[in-house]
Amino acid sequence: MSTVKANSATQAPLVQVERPLLLPSIYAGNARSVMRRGILATAKTNWLIVVSGFFEPVFYLLAMGIGLGTFIGDIELPGGQTVPYAAYIAPALLAVSAMNGAVFDSTWNVFFKLNFGKLYDGMLATPLGPFDVALGEIMLALLRGLVYACGFMIVMQVLGLNLSWTAILALPVVLIIAFAFASFGMGITSYMKTFQQMDWVNFVMLPMFLFSATFYPLTVYPEWIQWIIQALPLWHGVELVRGATTGMLTLDMLWHLAYFAVMIVLGMTLTTRRLKALFLT
Amino acid sequence: MLTLVPQQSASNEPVISARNLVKKYKDFAAVDGISFDIAPGESFGFLGPNGAGKSTTMRMIGAVSTRTEGDLSIIGLDPNVYGPEIRSQLGVVPQSDNLDTELRVRDNLLVYGRYFGLSRSYLGPKADELLEFAQLTEKAKARVDDLSGGMKRRLTIARALINNPRILLLDEPTTGLDPQARHILWDRLFRLKEQGTTLVLTTHYMDEAEQLCDRLVVVDKGTIMAEGSPASLIRQYSTREVLELRFGSENNAAVAKRLKGIGDRIEELPDRILVYADNGEHELARVTELGLNPVTSLVRRSSLEDVFLRLTGRSLIE
Repeated sequence: MSTVKANSATQAPLVQVERPLLLPSIYAGNARSVMRRGILATAKTNWLIVVSGFFEPVFYLLAMGIGLGTFIGDIELPGGQTVPYAAYIAPALLAVSAMNGAVFDSTWNVFFKLNFGKLYDGMLATPLGPFDVALGEIMLALLRGLVYACGFMIVMQVLGLNLSWTAILALPVVLIIAFAFASFGMGITSYMKTFQQMDWVNFVMLPMFLFSATFYPLTVYPEWIQWIIQALPLWHGVELVRGATTGMLTLDMLWHLAYFAVMIVLGMTLTTRRLKALFLT
Repeated sequence: MLTLVPQQSASNEPVISARNLVKKYKDFAAVDGISFDIAPGESFGFLGPNGAGKSTTMRMIGAVSTRTEGDLSIIGLDPNVYGPEIRSQLGVVPQSDNLDTELRVRDNLLVYGRYFGLSRSYLGPKADELLEFAQLTEKAKARVDDLSGGMKRRLTIARALINNPRILLLDEPTTGLDPQARHILWDRLFRLKEQGTTLVLTTHYMDEAEQLCDRLVVVDKGTIMAEGSPASLIRQYSTREVLELRFGSENNAAVAKRLKGIGDRIEELPDRILVYADNGEHELARVTELGLNPVTSLVRRSSLEDVFLRLTGRSLIE
């Protein structure tokens, strides 16, 4: 029989919360504990799913870029430079894999935790606030996105599809894309109650993947369709990554980055508010 | 960075203090103006039927639900402002287990401890100590889903102790457990109480409240009906003994009329008649003298169930 140490009123408290200056009542400055929990849970349960996610864009690259690409030849970039078809779609696939990884982690993963597990209830009974939980889950999604991106970059390098040293910039860009999608995805998921609603996520993602200048330039569309695609986030991601791997850095990229900055702020605000509304009522 | 250390009160200043606490969901008041103080080291209970507002009160104390009106102070802090600080000093055992099913038993304790920002060097030995306390040492590497209901509950309690909480909140700790598992759990909780942990619990079991609570409030429809120790509540609102008579559901109502004058008070339930008296056997003799022959009769000591019945006119578990 053991005894657990008593906690008399005279004893100094074990835990001392350091108040972050930012968002003090909903943030305890400990999002990393949520991320580490995710890493441990992933390592113990579903690492195979994580590994399989890496191969998806690689298969696309082999089939479309190398296979189909031999019939297509070179593609002319807006800057006038021509690149092999595989080098044209590879950066787009990298942006897509960042999006997919982030969206999977922040939608399906979060959906299950919100509706079937009571994980967040438990977390929020500790000093953690909703902002810690949101940030921790998103950091996990980013980490996964980063691992995929590094793997894919190596594949691109081996196949000679990185046309410039600036390709290395694609890694931070991929993180920004993943952050934006994950923060928004988690906020939207918090409204979802059924599997049918979750299908809408795929309904939005698939056309965005196919039509965001992923496989051919935007100029094939009439102008009004171009406007729609330019309003959607993936196109901005594709442009950024493609600019980096082909070495075409332009000032336009600042606009793409600004787009993601706004998306991140809105997404984090939405997610934190929703978690607060759901759990701290 | 500001470091905020909750004030340590050496005196008997209450660790939880509520004044006219109200929680409304739209127009419905789940908690409707309750006031109470809980002293350090005290074991305090909320006794009431389902829907009485117990869990809502617990969530407000746990700093995960904001009050609509009134004042609430936990370890001297306002939960609306100091949520993370307050929660860092609490251990919470929710009504339904919310263990992390993706992690093994021991990892549940370690990971939960990290949510409090506790170091690995502290958490390793602490987790082992708590597993032993919860009699789960052999299950350290088991999956959570493979544990029995009682084991899950003990793990949840062990988890709530990872941060050496000043206050342990238990929302219906033994609901849904078999009698043996309940007794093991009570034993563990009683040890914590002996060591001076402040326990705050809700229950709709009278025996649980009598076993564990120094003091309790009887709540119904969001308000406090009575307050005191289990013994004093029984003294105040009931008699020493209760005579339970069954004449068959058809006859109870008719017989009850003829029992006027027997005992201090008579309570007529659908399946039986309760006669409140200081000497149950004596009253039973008077009943038979009237020529009434109950199908079954039973003399027992008064319990909190009787207090509740007296205060609300309803049974606790319906």
